[in-house]
Amino acid sequence: MPSLADTTRSGPGRLLIAVYGIFAIAATARSAVQIATRFGHAPLAFLLSAFAAAVYLVATAALAGVVDRRVAWAACGVELAGVLAVGAASLVAPAAFPEPTVWSGFGSGYGFVPLVLPVLGLLWLRHTGNAVRPQ
Amino acid sequence: MIPVLPTVLTVLALVAAAWSVLLAILDHPITLSTKPTLGLAVAVLTLEAGLVVQLIAGIVQVASTDRELETATFVGYLIGVVVVLPLGAFWSLAERSRWGAGVLAVACLSVPVMVLRMSQLWTAHA
Repeated sequence: MPSLADTTRSGPGRLLIAVYGIFAIAATARSAVQIATRFGHAPLAFLLSAFAAAVYLVATAALAGVVDRRVAWAACGVELAGVLAVGAASLVAPAAFPEPTVWSGFGSGYGFVPLVLPVLGLLWLRHTGNAVRPQ
Repeated sequence: MIPVLPTVLTVLALVAAAWSVLLAILDHPITLSTKPTLGLAVAVLTLEAGLVVQLIAGIVQVASTDRELETATFVGYLIGVVVVLPLGAFWSLAERSRWGAGVLAVACLSVPVMVLRMSQLWTAHA
């Protein structure tokens, strides 16, 4: 009987974690460059980029079973709240976002993948959790 | 950037991605013990070799160019595109189902995106 962590990183979960991993690398690299080269230009946007990058890194590791499963729930939840809040804020107050973040416009700069990803992550966590504890 | 190489890398990556998608649809896991998966492995290795050539040539060009360039971002993409493919390949090999091929498809598709962004950065201030 495979463990819950094994189940979570298998099948569709494998693909989900791969996409998370790509976003983790991309967001981390991008925010490192932004903060290192022109932090004063858009501190709020760049700090949000760094926060988003950290959330992607944690979510990737937690979905892959490296850290506790509850961390995966929290990371995906924070990610969904973040993309909704920043997405709405970037539409209401565009002046606060002179440079785009991953979550600006609900992730429109990234084909809305940042909006879809946390939903899929949460659904997958629920699905695998249910499979192990059938009602 | 070396002329033609970005185009070759893009085409090769799209072919490898399409190949992976086909394997996923046919429910053919990446085992490296069948001809279709070995062929795909050759394509991915060739792509990775091309990306390494691009990395070396790109760094030489960045060091010697006079043009205005977002150097950090450009070099980030040069390195990132070389790193993503092996990571995706290893992650896909451990999955003995169609989803392993799906992982490889996503990794391959990230290559043309990054090559495109690099080309845009390179020509931005030309």
